[in-house]
Amino acid sequence: MSATAAIDFSVFRDPERVRGLVERIGRLAGEREINLMEVCGTHTMSIGRYGFRSILPRNLHLLSGPGCPVCVTANRDIDHAVALARHEGVIIATFGDMVRVSGSTSSLAAEKAQGRDVRVVYSPLDALDIAAAHPEQHVVFMGVGFETTAPAIAACILEAEARDLANFSVFCVHKLTPAALAAIAADPKTRIDGFILPGHVSTIIGLEPYEFLVREHQTPGVVCGFEPVDILAGVERLVELIVAGTPRIENAYPRGVAREGNPHARALIDQVFELADATWRGLGELPASGLAIRPTYARFDARRRLDVAVEPTVEPAGCRCGDVLRGRIAPSACPLFGRVCTPQNPVGPCMVSSEGSCAAHYRYRD
Amino acid sequence: MSASTETVLLGHGSGGQMMKRIIDDVFLAAYGSPELAAGNDAGVATLPPTGRIALSTDSFVVTPHTFPGGDIGRLAVCGTVNDVATSGAHVRYLSCGFILEEGFPLADLRRICASMAATAREAGVAIITGDTKVVERGSADGIYINTAGVGEVPEGIELSGSSCTPGDVVLVSGTLGDHGIAIMSQREGLAFSTEITSDAAPLNHLIAAVLEAAPHTRCFRDPTRGGLASTLNEFASASHVMIEVDEERVPVRPDVQAACAMLGYDPLQVANEGKMVAVVPADEAEAALAAMRDARYGEQAAIIGTVHELAEDALPSVRVRTPWGATRVLDMLVGEQLPRIC
Repeated sequence: MSATAAIDFSVFRDPERVRGLVERIGRLAGEREINLMEVCGTHTMSIGRYGFRSILPRNLHLLSGPGCPVCVTANRDIDHAVALARHEGVIIATFGDMVRVSGSTSSLAAEKAQGRDVRVVYSPLDALDIAAAHPEQHVVFMGVGFETTAPAIAACILEAEARDLANFSVFCVHKLTPAALAAIAADPKTRIDGFILPGHVSTIIGLEPYEFLVREHQTPGVVCGFEPVDILAGVERLVELIVAGTPRIENAYPRGVAREGNPHARALIDQVFELADATWRGLGELPASGLAIRPTYARFDARRRLDVAVEPTVEPAGCRCGDVLRGRIAPSACPLFGRVCTPQNPVGPCMVSSEGSCAAHYRYRD
Repeated sequence: MSASTETVLLGHGSGGQMMKRIIDDVFLAAYGSPELAAGNDAGVATLPPTGRIALSTDSFVVTPHTFPGGDIGRLAVCGTVNDVATSGAHVRYLSCGFILEEGFPLADLRRICASMAATAREAGVAIITGDTKVVERGSADGIYINTAGVGEVPEGIELSGSSCTPGDVVLVSGTLGDHGIAIMSQREGLAFSTEITSDAAPLNHLIAAVLEAAPHTRCFRDPTRGGLASTLNEFASASHVMIEVDEERVPVRPDVQAACAMLGYDPLQVANEGKMVAVVPADEAEAALAAMRDARYGEQAAIIGTVHELAEDALPSVRVRTPWGATRVLDMLVGEQLPRIC
């Protein structure tokens, strides 16, 4: 907290600056219909909380892409986690939203209510402490997320090795952001004019992994921070690049992101994980779009350690989370949205996670 | 056995000699009310004859039992005192039921009882009856407390969340989110260093002062679990109105704001245990604000919003106006944000 306290955030929340940016964005965009997509759950939430859709021009569309780790987790992977929870002697530890999301027939929350040991933790290192405290049981940490959380999980596996914990493993469903961007940019049914690139992920990977957007798709992207002025300054630059027809990858969050990212964190990821094909909800199976634990660390890989039978996958009927995640439709265009599917009774994962596009649109609806 | 290693035993809930001893040594010693000392199954006391009473009950299961700014005992008194006081009643008496886990340290129980007694004294209420049950180890988490409170409602006081009227003004008695974040900061694995303390406090005197200054106050509610968002949504639904909150005027400590940003919470949805929301007619708003600020625990009170008529076909709602003029809906939390915070 002390680091946060040292920064004066008021400049990034200054109402005059915000109004000025909104005005300039309106002038730049003119009458043109522009689709921007953010691919970070925190951006989705922030844009909703700041009420930007109510003050930005109507012809500037802010779409929420596959930026919420819970939302992009495939049903099959949730079913696998449920099967692990049902395994004798297993304690499942994971982040909060993961517990509520339903797989084909159950969820970790439902399993917990049935008496399985499912625990919410705030850091993967907490799962190590649970393992140390319960040597007679096996603790599985369900690792979800993108490049931002992957280094912490890698460090956790190395720590488990250093502590020689025999009863700890990770069920890894980590995914890589550029792979999702590539799938969306190449989707003929989606037209994204520019990407609001994720501030947190970029602290790790830097700018280079996004350059293909310009090379192959002539689509610009700007890395944005999370305060109101951060986001709007990024949007302004993005609209400028779009209107000028000069696609580039730029960094509007230099206080958080370095061009080369964080090589130490990437080395950690590389030491513990290798590229693997991964199934994304909505995007399907994408080659080399996920992380798997390297054979060297096989004893910390729940997929290898615990042989469980996973139930057949059933997708929720009528749910269009997949189309929402690809930017093909707005959440409100899903026939279930707000009627059958609400935060109280979520049908699809985009309504479960607080960072999901459907939940954010429902919560901050106009 | 030394005093520091004594623990609660199943026999302490037996109804026999051990139970008599824990009642005398721990509870009576702490609370010391004559009604309790009489040793009857019911505490008998008098209420002035206005003919109307307010009665409320609440159970407390918070963990950890002690946290920055309070403990489960202080919470158990404040929670019920504040609930009864929101009706405009003068809170008089509390009951107190304990469910104790076998093995719970008696020293901790004594400390919690002393904290309850001190808080009750501060609020000017008497604990006049109680009950103790002991369950086997593993069947409870140390200590659970239930309190019930009763008070008399003065003539002419009719407070209800359904009375909010377009044009009314919304006040809050101080900074929001302190309790929820204070508890969070104590939880395992979240040892970020903050100086945020729980706001747990009895607010019956503050309410009485506001009522005197603003006699046409529509309603009070303490924004506990679900925070301000739940309280205002309840008011909006019950009164069939739209409530607009001016985000810039809502008092939130910078460190609470920072912790919320880190954890992904909205401070308007985080729990409080020593704050009061009041809705008053516009012409009494300044008087109510002054009374709040003069009262203990109300120094940072603020006017934060207004009540509006619903547009045709619109549903009751709470909207937040951001400093840059955008608006958004403020919904209630769906499920639990933090388990067992009170």
